[in-house]
Amino acid sequence: MADAHAALTRLQFRDPERAAALVRALHRVTAEVRREPVAIMHVCGSHEQAIARFGLRAVFPRSLDVIMGPGCPVCITDLPEVDEAVALARQGIRLATYADMLKVRGSALSLADVQAEGARIDVVYSITQAVALARKTPSEPLVFFATGFETTAVATAAVILGDPPPNLSVLSAHKYIPPVMAIVSEMPDTRVEGFLAAGHAATITGWGIYEAFVARHRKPVVVAGFEPLDILAGLVRLVELVRDAAPEVANMYPRCVTKEGNLQAQQQLWRVFRPIGGRWRGIAHVPNGNLRLRDEWAGVDARRRFEIDVASLWDTAPPALVQQCICGDIMAGIASPRDCALFGRECLPDSAVGACMVSSEGTCRIWHQYGGHPDLAALPVDPYARRA
Amino acid sequence: MCLGVPGRVLAVNGLVAIVDFWGVTREVRLELVDQPVAPGDYILNHVGYAIRRIPQDDIQETLALYEQLLESAQDDLMAADVRSEVQATGDQTGGGGRKAGGGTGANG
Repeated sequence: MADAHAALTRLQFRDPERAAALVRALHRVTAEVRREPVAIMHVCGSHEQAIARFGLRAVFPRSLDVIMGPGCPVCITDLPEVDEAVALARQGIRLATYADMLKVRGSALSLADVQAEGARIDVVYSITQAVALARKTPSEPLVFFATGFETTAVATAAVILGDPPPNLSVLSAHKYIPPVMAIVSEMPDTRVEGFLAAGHAATITGWGIYEAFVARHRKPVVVAGFEPLDILAGLVRLVELVRDAAPEVANMYPRCVTKEGNLQAQQQLWRVFRPIGGRWRGIAHVPNGNLRLRDEWAGVDARRRFEIDVASLWDTAPPALVQQCICGDIMAGIASPRDCALFGRECLPDSAVGACMVSSEGTCRIWHQYGGHPDLAALPVDPYARRA
Repeated sequence: MCLGVPGRVLAVNGLVAIVDFWGVTREVRLELVDQPVAPGDYILNHVGYAIRRIPQDDIQETLALYEQLLESAQDDLMAADVRSEVQATGDQTGGGGRKAGGGTGANG
């Protein structure tokens, strides 16, 4: 099999013959594990989008569980972080943030709730647009509520290093992916035997960063891109490594990812941020999983510039339905949207109860749009069975 | 938030590049890219920043990949993310809508 994916360096991304060959290989390799089910986790909303939109779960072996973990940056932003943003907005400070953050609830309220009360919140697509907004109104403070993994954190770092307008400050809820993989591996309920890592996060960090994780936790990691063949090829390699009990890192996305990654971006990331332990929604405490501004950037740190009074929010109770939401278990990889009583009923994209239904990178939203686990047996013809 | 989008560099002015994304012209910051960028190069843009200069050998297939994505239906989440990524760059520069050759072949 090693030869087969060596030949895949030039993928035709949706070539049906190659897809069928990879699906056959995946079935063969999974059967060779001789233990079921084989559970692997990916940590990227874009991987889930691709798996769902191309219906890949329908052709995965039944004994292979491909689980989405804490890979939605909007979803894993924790309640207290949302509370801080909500409190700032309620205190009359103007905010800018990504669109998906508006509807994600903190302990009780979302930014959309306080926007309805009259708070001023601008939706931006990037921090550079927040910079432009701040420049237009230099006399008024503007806080950028900065969420996302290392891929967006590097952009925040570049702005902070690049002489931002004095009225702009940053409320950092940035997260760093590698530490959370360790936590998921150590969870008592976890069945995860290997990880499919996100191609674009690895573009920044390089694949070498996963070597320490693999050495310590003895679970293989494969970096994969976002096309169906990228994902299938990545899964074949990953299940091979599980089968061989070979805890290694493999890079199946060489057209984007190097071992070292983007060193210039990494330097800027770590000049601006320091990793601290803290909560992720659904995962609880993640050592070194949160990125906070270093002391030398206190001047642009919204937490230091403003007194944030989150206690004022605690009088508001969360909506009753929130107590039934299982987004936390879904992000930890121990439940699927099908296990949630609210999914597709009370919880819908336009009236989301939990974070996983809000964000375009959330598992529930993706499964609601595409269906998560199509049943190929229910179809009149199984195209892959014919080819096999 | 996790995807990047390839675009062709039309001009470079210090740390700002003017980049064409299938006819939409945007400013992209260059602080994060670890290789020098010049007009004619292709970069991977992520939330307004170039995070990678795409090697010459990979340009065709990278563009083909994203063109397949963008041809998807309006309600496709992944295609929507790619469109958002193009939005994520700086304000549109003068003119806008300039076509840079259209298809993959012409862009290569």
